[in-house]
Amino acid sequence: MSDALAVEMIGISKRFGPVQANADVSLTVARGTVHGIVGENGAGKSTLMSVLYGFYTSDSGSIKVFGEDATIRNAHEAIALGIGMVHQHFMLVETLSALENVMLGAEPHVLLHKAEAQVRSRLTELMESTGLKVSLDALVGDLSVGDRQRLEILKALYRGAKILILDEPTAVLTPQETEQLFGVLTLLREQGTTILLITHKLKEVMRLCDHVTVMRGGRVVEEVAIASATIEGLAEAMVGRKVHMGRVDDSEQPAGAVLLQAHGIHVRDVMGVVRLHDLALELKAGEIVGVAGVSGNGQSELLEVLSGLLAPGQGHLIVGESRFDAGSWIDPRTARKIGIAHVPEDRHERAMVMNFAAWESAVLGYQSLPKYCRAGWMQHAQMQEATTNMMERFDVRPRDAQLLCASFSGGNQQKLVLARELGQAPRVLLVGQPTRGVDIGAIEFIYGQLRAMRDAGCAVLVVSSELDEILALSDRVIVMNQGHVAGELPIAECNEKTLGMLMIGGGRGKAAIVSKGAPA
Amino acid sequence: MTIQPLPRWADLVLLPVVNLAVALLAAGVMVWLVGQNPLEVITVLVHGAFGTPRGLSYTLYYATTFVFTGLAVAVAFHGGLFNIGGEGQAIMGGLGTGLVALWLSASLPAWLMLPLMLLVGALFGMVWAAIPGYLQAYRGSHVVITTIMFNFLASSLLVYLLVNHLKVPGNMSVESAPFAKSANLPGMHTFMGWLGIEWPKSPLNTSVFLAVMAAVAVYYLLWHTRFGYELRATGSSARAAAYAGIHPNRQVIMAMGVSGALAGMVGMNEIAGVNGRLMLEYVSGAGFTGIAVSLMGRSHPFGIVLASVLFGALFQGGAEVSFEVRGFSRDMVVMLQGFIVLFSGAMAYVMAPAVARIVNMMRRSAATAPSDKGAAHG
Repeated sequence: MSDALAVEMIGISKRFGPVQANADVSLTVARGTVHGIVGENGAGKSTLMSVLYGFYTSDSGSIKVFGEDATIRNAHEAIALGIGMVHQHFMLVETLSALENVMLGAEPHVLLHKAEAQVRSRLTELMESTGLKVSLDALVGDLSVGDRQRLEILKALYRGAKILILDEPTAVLTPQETEQLFGVLTLLREQGTTILLITHKLKEVMRLCDHVTVMRGGRVVEEVAIASATIEGLAEAMVGRKVHMGRVDDSEQPAGAVLLQAHGIHVRDVMGVVRLHDLALELKAGEIVGVAGVSGNGQSELLEVLSGLLAPGQGHLIVGESRFDAGSWIDPRTARKIGIAHVPEDRHERAMVMNFAAWESAVLGYQSLPKYCRAGWMQHAQMQEATTNMMERFDVRPRDAQLLCASFSGGNQQKLVLARELGQAPRVLLVGQPTRGVDIGAIEFIYGQLRAMRDAGCAVLVVSSELDEILALSDRVIVMNQGHVAGELPIAECNEKTLGMLMIGGGRGKAAIVSKGAPA
Repeated sequence: MTIQPLPRWADLVLLPVVNLAVALLAAGVMVWLVGQNPLEVITVLVHGAFGTPRGLSYTLYYATTFVFTGLAVAVAFHGGLFNIGGEGQAIMGGLGTGLVALWLSASLPAWLMLPLMLLVGALFGMVWAAIPGYLQAYRGSHVVITTIMFNFLASSLLVYLLVNHLKVPGNMSVESAPFAKSANLPGMHTFMGWLGIEWPKSPLNTSVFLAVMAAVAVYYLLWHTRFGYELRATGSSARAAAYAGIHPNRQVIMAMGVSGALAGMVGMNEIAGVNGRLMLEYVSGAGFTGIAVSLMGRSHPFGIVLASVLFGALFQGGAEVSFEVRGFSRDMVVMLQGFIVLFSGAMAYVMAPAVARIVNMMRRSAATAPSDKGAAHG
């Protein structure tokens, strides 16, 4: 039985209205392997997994689980067959404890304390054998994202999952948490669990998977053993053309005049925790400065301070001729006026109003510009025309300015936001997580646009939790650790090792200061 | 199982109609259960509300007030606020309208007096709503709680002023002296008389035109001005609004202010249009009916006008039914209103999945039948 197949999906088709989400998709997953499913947004990988997990019923095709024909009409039937799913957005109740969350809906006893005792002993065993450590009595609301994910996996295993579907599991994790997760998944595989990994991060596929299926436009376009796969090959299969993700070997041009200077920035949050500590920063015309760091080390606050969303307790900011001190900090409106554009990290809550039409969100922040607003009246025709142009220039799909923002995919939302911010020809461009949740094809395009801004003399600051992105884009890299600049390196001295060491912080700051003086 | 969203037209038109039908059906069953003939009741109701010029006048008179309070709820709602204080703001609006009339009506001509009354009424309502707005924006007191409390304050203030200061000495009823003629808004019969049309005397007055203008103005304010743009942005996402350089706190106060001003205009109908003096109970629950009206009208001015006419018809037709149909008490009418509020307000989306399924089914058969191209329609 060791070579039996865990999952066989044969000829699955699923149509939503005019959209053929899956067309004759077949997938076979060997027992005890990690099987990657990659593809761009809308390639049909989530639909396929939803069919397997019983969210959707396919229009045609059949499923076998461990060699037996199966009809899966809902999640309960999937769980009964040993299929567990960890969603990208966790399905946990924040106000209940970890233990209660696992137990919820699967209480083994009518008396709660007996049920809890049983679940606890079973979970303790599971945690021992898998290395998934979660403090069971903590409220889920207090757990870190990594802990919550481990809890979700535990929950699935507790319910007897032998086939585990993970949907973009690393999208929300820090590099360290990703490492831990991979350790756990490797261990689970050794113990015989079959893992289906939905992702668009090809590096992770290469590291972890045994097999990989590439989907595009609702069809399987490639299925290979990892030994014979390459990142370039997979990327090409996903996008349907050659893509270049790495550094463009650009002619080194010296950075120009200093456009923005920040000094001695201190920020405390409402709880009194220090978020930024004595931070100093210079942005020059014609360079891209990458900000690396483990998430939560002050990068978000840095963006908010520079864009005027957050006033620091101390420090000052000089942009061109304007100087702002802690007491009278710059506000977003003024920031835009003096040429600071900001693409926020949080696309859904900040960059757009999700239930606005695209043409309304396309002027967000610029609603007072004379071309959009005359004497208090919004100029709908001009707004719509501008939006159409933005969509054309940045290839936003579908090209429908009337569509609600929420109806666009993440990548297309991001392109629209970039189009809006870049379109104002800013002198300083602040970008947070430029390609989070964005397809490979679009990533290449976005990188190109950011480089074009740099070449046009704009000072660009890129905050990203993806080290590869920092390395691909930056001319100079700042590493943040605990709200402080832990080091600054010219790109020539940057690699995963040097940056990784600075990101972890500690006494390595010195090394950074030494290398800072080295010629670029 | 997937629930596909309703197309916009179905959400705005079809769903409310279905909800209304279900409410009438449920009410009909109740009427039948207590031994009455539902068909007779509905006939009398519709005839009473729309069948005669006089009935129609009463229906529109009620609707006028509901338009103001409904718009008030809708504006706040678009700003992300639930203004339950329409009642109090309408009372204050009436008070402002009345006070300025008592003070100046003897010395000012109508063309100056009436706009002034409108202005002061709206201002009173505005201030009365802006205070809870301020408390929410800068002091963290939830606007739902404070606006409810402000309803009681307004009502008590009105009683105090009337009983202790404004009541005419020697008069038994609690009401102020009548205004001079310049402070009375022309009734519809007078207005129609100017046009040479005969119209029965009724409480319906020219403030109904003001209500229609207010609805149109609110539409333009919300969807065609920067003020409306920023208000809706704040209402949908305060964080996005802050990013866009909008002060969410200031926006809260302004949204409440506009909302209160609209509620305050009720005074033009009830005080300037009908009573010609200050008295008690001229709002009598219209502030709360405004919530139902706004819910039913999907917070859109056009929907609110329609919903107001419906509720006006229920009030007028209901009164007619309790008068005409033996054993059908006023309480039954309240029950009928209750069903409508329940089905088109609180349970507005209960029918949505079923309606969506039917609509999508019809579309699919329509799309596949004539052409194989599979028209791409979002």
